[in-house]
Amino acid sequence: MDFTLFFPLLLNGLIVGALYGVVAMSFVLIYKASQVVNFAQGEFLLVGAWVCWWLLTTYPIPFWAGFLVTMCFMTLFGIILQVVVLRPLIGEPVISVIMATVGMSIFFQALMKWMFGVFAKPFPPIFAADRVQVLGLQVQPVYLLSLAVSLFIMLGFWWFFTHSKHGLAMRATAFDQQVAQSLGVSVPRVFAMSWAISAVVSSVAGVVVGVVNGVSSALSFYGIKVFPAVILGGLDSIIGAVLGGLIVGVLENLAQWVDSEFLNWGNMTQIAPFYALVIILLIKPYGLFGTKNIERV
Amino acid sequence: MVALTPAGDYRTSYAADMTIFPTRNSRIAMLLGILLACAAPLVLGRYELGLLINIGTLGIAALGLNILVGFTGQISIGHAAFFGFGAFMSAWLHEEFHIPVILCIPLAGLGTAVVGLVFGLPAARLKGLYLAIATLAAQFILEDFFARARWFTGGVAGRMTENVSIAGIMFDREESYFYIVLGFVVVMFLGAANLMRTRDGRALVAVRDHYLSAEVMGINLAYYRTLSFAISSFYAGIGGALYAHYLLFVSVEAFNILFSIQFLAMVIIGGLGSVMGSLLGAGFMVLLPEVVQAVVDQLAGGAIDRTLKLGANISFLREMMVGASIILFLVFEPNGLAHRWRLIKAYWKLYPYSY
Repeated sequence: MDFTLFFPLLLNGLIVGALYGVVAMSFVLIYKASQVVNFAQGEFLLVGAWVCWWLLTTYPIPFWAGFLVTMCFMTLFGIILQVVVLRPLIGEPVISVIMATVGMSIFFQALMKWMFGVFAKPFPPIFAADRVQVLGLQVQPVYLLSLAVSLFIMLGFWWFFTHSKHGLAMRATAFDQQVAQSLGVSVPRVFAMSWAISAVVSSVAGVVVGVVNGVSSALSFYGIKVFPAVILGGLDSIIGAVLGGLIVGVLENLAQWVDSEFLNWGNMTQIAPFYALVIILLIKPYGLFGTKNIERV
Repeated sequence: MVALTPAGDYRTSYAADMTIFPTRNSRIAMLLGILLACAAPLVLGRYELGLLINIGTLGIAALGLNILVGFTGQISIGHAAFFGFGAFMSAWLHEEFHIPVILCIPLAGLGTAVVGLVFGLPAARLKGLYLAIATLAAQFILEDFFARARWFTGGVAGRMTENVSIAGIMFDREESYFYIVLGFVVVMFLGAANLMRTRDGRALVAVRDHYLSAEVMGINLAYYRTLSFAISSFYAGIGGALYAHYLLFVSVEAFNILFSIQFLAMVIIGGLGSVMGSLLGAGFMVLLPEVVQAVVDQLAGGAIDRTLKLGANISFLREMMVGASIILFLVFEPNGLAHRWRLIKAYWKLYPYSY
């Protein structure tokens, strides 16, 4: 057995898993606030990363400025999507809402390919140092950045939902829309806000991944990887989503390690989470930590 | 839904209420439609016939998805994978066991139904978005299987398929293969329309409308959800096999998630829970790229073409149109083309006193 590959893969799994966790968190945010299953979550990453890339390569502005402009753009983007596409579908069956987000997903994926081409494009370099030493392992600074960004976003979510007025309003809406409305919470505004926050947070993850791997349409696959993560963590638990993301990231990389050591099947990185997903759903139809709905006729 | 029957057409027995074609005119229209389709190869060119064949094969698979989504209320985002399984299975059966192709097609349907059962068993306890995610997993697992199983699919190189031949007659041209597809379309669509008149069909609709009430009335939920998965995969397998023997080549990459989404788009655009709607939806999705192509050809060389580089990016434009048409139909016409057709019929039936 060869363990030289094991620890770098484990570390990689944790870093990628933290990013999955961030995306899963923003997915759960939308689901909790507005009961919409967003199949276009990956396109938020994609659009955000491309916009940031375009700003940085077209105008001579520093990274942080381009990043801020991207955030503003994504806020508007999320609100517009919610108002134009999702608001008319309130009250429609689940299948219609799911299909609308699927439609958005392929629309924006194709649009991005049209505007920016199909090939991966690297970000302009941000860090001077190429590698740094952490715990005896050679690590690229962008990886450290992505871990820091993920932790920062998670802390931000925690603060937002426990200490800020808007976050509390959002939790109230998720708990019971009518009660929230009667207490003076504007439900349409909460819906729009949840989409805006979700778009911004996902696009941060998109920019980070873009800085590491270059920007390409492969980014939208993160939106699909979110599903194993949320099923593992339960759809309505934000902490569960983070945990699920970490588990999926580690699982992927462990599957790759097992595969390279023993099985030699290839492509296990992409597929292993989906096998895990099917098995979990077979045993627990509401996910590992999801709440089971009790329904009455 | 208001049943629009001519004045004076009162049903006096259950049997009369459940006929497949309620009026004499609808029977005549049906026969005329089939006769007209039979005459198509005499009039149309090969390209148009090819489009019609595509509408037929995709329409059969879309009908299967409609039985699952529109009649049973279960969503599936992995239909193209089952479609592909049918395509590979038919080609594999013919090559390995030398079964005549015309028998391979229904056998492929049955084989795909078994695979559908395997994925349908976990799905029997799921609904709504959990099911959507489980079928998404099925899509990726099957896609991975296609790439891996070289004995079955030919691996990355893909698999060649043979033409259909019955009693020495080769159905190797669009003009002749059209009749094979037409035969399958008629049988499969009549089969689905009949299924909906049976006890099992009504049980499926009951599961869709209110699954708790259905269970209280003694309908076995797990059984009917799995059954509808199997039926839907059966249709997908037949459609896929017909598709394979028309193109004569099946590649592993063809059956991706975008294709699955196109099937869902057909069902939604055609009309959820409408048998003929599936065919209308397939027609829409087959003709949409043609319309995009025609529009781009019209604009070719103009200022719009130069600034947006339409010609080089037409495949992306088509994908965008698929996405946009799904959203637009959901927002403006959630009941699909079948509903629009019903409204048009009602308009003329009630003209000029529409209230």
